[in-house]
Amino acid sequence: MLKLTNINKVFNEGTPDEKVALGDINLHLAPGDFVTIIGSNGAGKSTMMNMISGALTPDFGTIHINGKNVTGDAEYKRARHIGRVFQDPMAGTAPSMTIEENLAIAYNRTKTRTLGFGVNKKKKDIYRTALEMLSLNLENRLNAKVGMLSGGERQALSLLMATFTQPSILLLDEHTAALDPSRAELITNITKQLVEKDSLTTLMVTHNMQQALDLGNRLIMMDKGQIILEVGEAEKANLTIPDLMAAFEKIRGEKMNSDRALLG
Amino acid sequence: MFTAIFGSVELGIIYAIMALGVFITFRILDFPDLTVDGSFVTGAAVAAAMITLGYNPLLATSVAIVAGFIAGCCTGLLHTKGKINALLSGILMMIALYSINLRIMGTTTEAATRPNIPLLNTESVFSLFGSWWTTLPIDESVKNMLSSFVTGAIPSTVGTIVLMIVITLCIKVIVDWFLKTEMGLAIRATGDNKRMIRSFSANTDNYIILGLGLSNALVAFSGALVAQYSKSADVSMGVGMIVIGLASVIIGEAIFGTKTIVRTTLAVILGAIIYRIVLAIALRIEWLDAADLKLITAIIVILALILPQVLAKMKERKRKAKRKEQFRNKVRGNPGA
Repeated sequence: MLKLTNINKVFNEGTPDEKVALGDINLHLAPGDFVTIIGSNGAGKSTMMNMISGALTPDFGTIHINGKNVTGDAEYKRARHIGRVFQDPMAGTAPSMTIEENLAIAYNRTKTRTLGFGVNKKKKDIYRTALEMLSLNLENRLNAKVGMLSGGERQALSLLMATFTQPSILLLDEHTAALDPSRAELITNITKQLVEKDSLTTLMVTHNMQQALDLGNRLIMMDKGQIILEVGEAEKANLTIPDLMAAFEKIRGEKMNSDRALLG
Repeated sequence: MFTAIFGSVELGIIYAIMALGVFITFRILDFPDLTVDGSFVTGAAVAAAMITLGYNPLLATSVAIVAGFIAGCCTGLLHTKGKINALLSGILMMIALYSINLRIMGTTTEAATRPNIPLLNTESVFSLFGSWWTTLPIDESVKNMLSSFVTGAIPSTVGTIVLMIVITLCIKVIVDWFLKTEMGLAIRATGDNKRMIRSFSANTDNYIILGLGLSNALVAFSGALVAQYSKSADVSMGVGMIVIGLASVIIGEAIFGTKTIVRTTLAVILGAIIYRIVLAIALRIEWLDAADLKLITAIIVILALILPQVLAKMKERKRKAKRKEQFRNKVRGNPGA
């Protein structure tokens, strides 16, 4: 479904700020895989997400989606197959447009946009049914401007929009980090629900180790631009936070800088 | 006085098309497009030159619209593909168009360039429409009705204003419709949140170029009509056009609100008319001269920008005072609480 091969990226090459953001990353996701990614700040998690979405291009290495090499494709072209939710709840929706108009934009992801109405009676029903799944009463506020919604509501809507057209890959980039604990839990539950519904192939970055253990069937740990630990389906079920900390220490020979990782 | 107001309403409705163009770039795309000062004249120059060369005014006006579209696309290309700052792309295109407009008008003479074209004894879309309109009995009856409650001179025909209302309303309906289509939604999202719409597989570069093209097509259309209405095209007729467009948008939005797209486009049209009326009244002040026009325009825009803020602040203060009063009464009403 998604295949990263020898992905390498260096920032600020040849300057004192030179930093290897990704050092030879190899990753393969089978259809239906839900992989959670943990790692401290600067580990290269977000860079990897941006590589997959096309916001950044690798120095070398290839990215395949559905067996097709998309390494050189622009972000908007790949976006037909990739759903994405950002950390910032404001980033995934258009604030001055209504809920139904935002959903219309998501609905058009896989099609060429035409001069037909974005919202009509038939589509409205589809949007309403989809919103009902969130149980946030948004289905009765189709004409409300998205800018009026709370951060949690906006993130729930972003998540729904990202998964609306059943993308080949779903990228979740710390999408609960900016929310309070109860809202974060709500979004986590909705995530589980939406991903399971269409068994979406998902990559989720998180700072919250518990969340990384609770969600998904695989887990990877990144550090300094490399994948240092991969946990498969069988092992992951019995894994605990102390196990992860111990694994990090064993591999890196140092204690994990983990305040944020534990509490986040 | 009535004739002056009537004339400014006529003119206001023609300029409203330009204001709708400015609305698309400034408000929908969030792109401060200064191409307008040039593309307005391009529309006027193309229409005037073609009419002078003997082409049908309808064809001339259509070509003017296409010319405006191309000019807008050029600005869009400079910004998206050339990565030039939005303001600078517009300014570059504006000064480039100044020379191009002289060349376009030059096609009517032996000389290579020409600064203006008078359209004295030529056909125009207004004369074409007028000759059909005056054969109808409506014009006479409307004029009779006008003269019954207006003292003094009445306009020679209401044909022009009828035609302009029809055209401008048609354009308003088309803009409203377009902004609700799938493409229109993508253009609006491009102005609202570029990162988001890119993640939904829209090529923002293309939508910026398309939006600027459409906007400047409307501006050029307005220029072509103004040239035919005032019977001349002049290379300097576009100076300050962007400010006039903005004035219309801001005045309209401040007075009539922006709740929905349909309402906002109507507000912009009414804003353009109000701007013309205010200008006509201001110019009747004795010690003001026609040369003060641009200064008056600037002052109108400044007032339109500042007044709503002042009003909102006053309203808020009033609301707070009322709340405080209510709270006090409540406390006094329940001394035991």
